[in-house]
Amino acid sequence: MTAELFTQYLFAGITYGIIYAIVAIGFNIIYNTTGIINFAQGEFVMLGGMISISLNPLMPLPLAIGCAVLLTTLIGALIEMIFIRWLVHPSVLRMIIITIGISILLREVALHIWGEGVRSLPYFYGNEISSIDILGAHVSPQVLWVVGICSIIVILLSLFFKFTPLGQEMRACSSNRLAATLCGINAKNMVTLSFMLSAGIGALAGCVVSPITYTQYDCGTGLAIKGFTVAVLGGLGNSMAAVAAGLLLGILEAFSIHIVPLAFQDAISISILLLILFIRPHGLFGSSEAAGLKEF
Amino acid sequence: MAVKNYLSVLILIAVVVSIQLATKATDTSYYLTQLTMTGYYSLVIIGLCLVMGYAGQLSLGHAGFFAIGGYTSAVLTTYNLTTLLEQGNGLVRFLSDKGLLISTLDLYGEAVLYINPWPAAIIAVILTASIAFMIGIPVLKLKGHYLAMATLGFGIIIFRIALATEILGEADGISEIPGFTLFPGICVNGDFGNRVMNYYIAWVLVLIGVILLLNLIHSRVGRALRAIHGAEDAANAIGVNTAHYKLYTFVISAVFAAVAGIFLTHYNGGIGPSEAGIMKSVRYVAIVAIGGMASMWGALTMGVLLNFMSLRGMFGSYDDAVFGAIMIIIMLFAPNGLLNLSVWQKISKSAGKEKG
Amino acid sequence: MALLEIHKLNRRFGGLHAVNNVSFNLDQGMIKAVIGPNGAGKTTLFNLISGNLQANSGTVFFDKRPIHGLKPFQIARCGISRTYQNIKLFPGMTALENVMVGRHVQSKAGFLSGMLNLPSCWSEEKEIRTKSLELLELLDITEFADTEAQSLAFGQQRAVEFARALASEPKILLLDEPAAGLNIYETAEIARLITKIQNRGITVLLVEHDMSLVMDISDEIVVLSFGEKIAEGLPAAIQKNKEVIQIYLGDDDA
Repeated sequence: MTAELFTQYLFAGITYGIIYAIVAIGFNIIYNTTGIINFAQGEFVMLGGMISISLNPLMPLPLAIGCAVLLTTLIGALIEMIFIRWLVHPSVLRMIIITIGISILLREVALHIWGEGVRSLPYFYGNEISSIDILGAHVSPQVLWVVGICSIIVILLSLFFKFTPLGQEMRACSSNRLAATLCGINAKNMVTLSFMLSAGIGALAGCVVSPITYTQYDCGTGLAIKGFTVAVLGGLGNSMAAVAAGLLLGILEAFSIHIVPLAFQDAISISILLLILFIRPHGLFGSSEAAGLKEF
Repeated sequence: MAVKNYLSVLILIAVVVSIQLATKATDTSYYLTQLTMTGYYSLVIIGLCLVMGYAGQLSLGHAGFFAIGGYTSAVLTTYNLTTLLEQGNGLVRFLSDKGLLISTLDLYGEAVLYINPWPAAIIAVILTASIAFMIGIPVLKLKGHYLAMATLGFGIIIFRIALATEILGEADGISEIPGFTLFPGICVNGDFGNRVMNYYIAWVLVLIGVILLLNLIHSRVGRALRAIHGAEDAANAIGVNTAHYKLYTFVISAVFAAVAGIFLTHYNGGIGPSEAGIMKSVRYVAIVAIGGMASMWGALTMGVLLNFMSLRGMFGSYDDAVFGAIMIIIMLFAPNGLLNLSVWQKISKSAGKEKG
Repeated sequence: MALLEIHKLNRRFGGLHAVNNVSFNLDQGMIKAVIGPNGAGKTTLFNLISGNLQANSGTVFFDKRPIHGLKPFQIARCGISRTYQNIKLFPGMTALENVMVGRHVQSKAGFLSGMLNLPSCWSEEKEIRTKSLELLELLDITEFADTEAQSLAFGQQRAVEFARALASEPKILLLDEPAAGLNIYETAEIARLITKIQNRGITVLLVEHDMSLVMDISDEIVVLSFGEKIAEGLPAAIQKNKEVIQIYLGDDDA
């Protein structure tokens, strides 16, 4: 493998990896406040991409993306309020089936609005053939957009959870919901907020990555599986580790093209998921003692 | 097994026969095609019902087992062994000597030689059972979301393999699969004239499946499974080898799915990757959930109803959407299944009391 | 003769040393109680013996055979049965069915014979039912046989759990706080019951808070404090033991 090809793969890996990380963080935000794995997480990414693509002809690109993120955030809030909010101690199985149902519905709605075709946003800067030389490799400027915006999301999120009162309240809910409620925090609103937040960041990721990976009505499932792989790899609920795990999976996947046919690429990441679940269900970076205390 | 259940089995037989007679009388025997397919899907569903409702384990990969059964049988019964035999391949010669091969002429008059569907089916079942066994050992240690994702992942891998493997026909799948002669004169195939017979083959199979599972549920094993579902550690502490029980249940239900896959493949004369798709698996889970998880009859009724409507194309292009919507609505408003709403429970309770 | 030998058992949870080098023997046919203040490691000790938790180090011998490291179901098959402090009945099953599950180790119909409903199952099933009903009768809860176990009153639930544990015909019965949540009459009932169990030749190890119960029925007592065994002996001796009195009544001098 030449040094150039190596860098090329590396950047492809980072691009995908950071998107997986964003999906994983979306999983984590909801998991932390509710203990639910939202199987419709990938659909938020799809919706973000699709809505921005539809809005783009009507308004400038940044505005289209902004509106798409806002709309998806609203959809996230609506989903929580309609389907989740009023359930009293739902079983895990029930929540799994409900969120799978939601993901199917979102996908079907997308199919009926946008059809089966593959769509994409235009490149934010330049076009398909424009490239920047980094370490001798030709890298699309869009890659920098993806990495840049996703990094900003991650940083802003961690600042939000650490320093803002709202973020602290959400964390309080995740560590002990009852205690948080007794302290006067409205836990239900925190759950709605977590759905909005994870829908919003998913949508933004869906927009920035659309020019490279394209958007299709059913692209959510694959992203959800990989996002979950990353979330588990990093230890469920641990967002910083998810970034590391995301990059790891993305890069592994990018280099695996060299060995395994493209058609089996999904199988690679799923095999990694299965392997991790069997060997270290608490994640590469998690502790088994802590995982043992959690209820699944 | 209680008398009540044998009564239910008799009712099932009566319903199956009267539906056939009704289609004959009203000259609507074209319904039998979908009813036959529905029967095979029901077999998957009752098997999954055992895993979900009784052992309390979720599987989002059952379409994978269906596909392993179907595809294995399809490949074995369509792969032309003529050249291999001419080259003197030992295994093929052995099979030929044992009378396990069938030789016919294809459309162009060329001699074709393929494996008899009986041994092919047996191989398919054994293969599925072994895969379920090997997958089950690590997977069934997981719980909740992890179990869901792991089985979903397994399903996707099978789907990808079906989609990307040349010998499995990639996106087109495998077609022109010969019929499966169970006994002389009794053949699983899609021939127009065999429609009534195939309807009965499918439903006799379902009947056998139902009886086997009902027996199991009401046996010592069934009791242990319900105990596992309710309180796994307490069941373990009372001497139930919970890991084994969960595993065997998983394997049995995989075998049910594989048998359904084998028969439906021969009936349809073909199989495609969509049979291995995630939506299929999700659909099976949805039907079991709608039927009330731990209710064989509920799952069977709902399975027949929904699959038949879906196969008749009643939901149009909203097929998946309808299933998604049903899943959500049932789980929101009737998490114990449609047949377990309080109204029904009261009736069955009062009926149960009379029995003492 | 020692039926159960516990030797230098250790279990840590992170920094907490829940069971610290605990050793004692349990002789055939006796009732032995493990007592100690909250958090002394009594339930952890039980979980270690029954296999629900794995020890960090130490050995447990049952009838001269090592059982540490075995899975709970294997230990149950050896002849050790248990109840739980916070009753763990099988939901959705009747009292009788709960007890019938308890017969699991004494019966053997498998998947195949179950599915085919072979005649061998019928006789076995009949036996399971009769024996289970006998136990319900022993515990005076026959009238609730067909009631869903979890809908019964607390005391009755405890009785069902007892019956379930006895159904496996154990050599040792581990009782985790059998009197917890019971009033004095029910406690007295439990005391009589435990003696009855002993008279059937079953060895009993119990964890209990209720001192009067412990002093009444136990042949020997082990006292745990902060995971360590601080005393062992006859009830009368334990009652006079200074260290035991101190941990129970608190260090008033300090």
